[in-house]
Amino acid sequence: MTRNETLKCQDCEGPVVVPNDPMEGEIVSCGDCGASYELVVGENGTFSLNPAEVEGEDWGE
Amino acid sequence: MLYDLVRWEEKAIYQAAKRKGVDLKLINCRRLHFDLSKDHLEEIGDITLQRCVSYFRGLHLAGLLESKGIDVVNDFHSTLIAGNKLFTTLALIKAQLPVPRTMLSFTPEASLDALDELGYPAVLKPTVGSWGRLVSLLNDRDSAVSVFEHREQMFPLYRVYYLQEKVNRPPRDIRSFVIGDRVVAAIYRISQSSDFRTNTARGGKAENCTIDKELEDISLKAARAIGDGIYGVDIMESPEGLVVHEVNNTIEFKNTVPATGVDIQGLIIEHLLQRSK
Repeated sequence: MTRNETLKCQDCEGPVVVPNDPMEGEIVSCGDCGASYELVVGENGTFSLNPAEVEGEDWGE
Repeated sequence: MLYDLVRWEEKAIYQAAKRKGVDLKLINCRRLHFDLSKDHLEEIGDITLQRCVSYFRGLHLAGLLESKGIDVVNDFHSTLIAGNKLFTTLALIKAQLPVPRTMLSFTPEASLDALDELGYPAVLKPTVGSWGRLVSLLNDRDSAVSVFEHREQMFPLYRVYYLQEKVNRPPRDIRSFVIGDRVVAAIYRISQSSDFRTNTARGGKAENCTIDKELEDISLKAARAIGDGIYGVDIMESPEGLVVHEVNNTIEFKNTVPATGVDIQGLIIEHLLQRSK
């Protein structure tokens, strides 16, 4: 699956580009304000954005 | 592959699988719920790579799936040990590997007594945590008292005091990557600022490190002390020789691949293929 769709930032309405080979949960950023989102893939293959989770105390390697 | 967020590494592993013609099933664990009484072989498969960025998610998933007979890489016990610095240090000591001198205490008063024995400066680390988060350099008794006061207001896990000597090392450490029974790559992680921490997540720069016999031996022994699987071994160059200070369970290698030219993501896929045979 390769596509380069652009979604709208929920903060500033700037462009958030869906990368090649997108994966559910992939972190994407707004090209204007830098806000981070998680990519959500709907059942029909459409993309939407969820605000990215804030770093947890147990995150890492 | 089980994951919660997609970092550079998860995407690289996914693309490596595609390159090799492997149909890697991507499972976002945040979308799932599990009935503990049921078998999950059909939805997960007979082998899974656990890549959660959240340690507790990964640990609990490993425990659940392993109990259902699924081969989880890395397994539950290894995840439990590698995810806790105290348990890791104990496993390394048991395997007779050199580690920094380390103390455990449960109150500020006992911790100050421990520091009197350990000497200043010393390092206080959360037993669970990564990326250098909340790792504190205690230069003297006053700074220790101050940090302990903060710790006492935090979640009980932070009131477990894991205190370590500050090893007299160059402003770098070594991260070696063990996949199965091979050390596949190693980097120096070089501090780029006045921060004493070398974590690349804190801006530490990655440079290729040649894997000599000594580094290979200590890396393999450290990984074996934790378990079978895929590990990142953190090693310091002390005046007395190499010492192991951490073993990481869900390795990140975004900075290592360009620094070393090693296809770590491809080697992970090959390891899984070999293991599933």
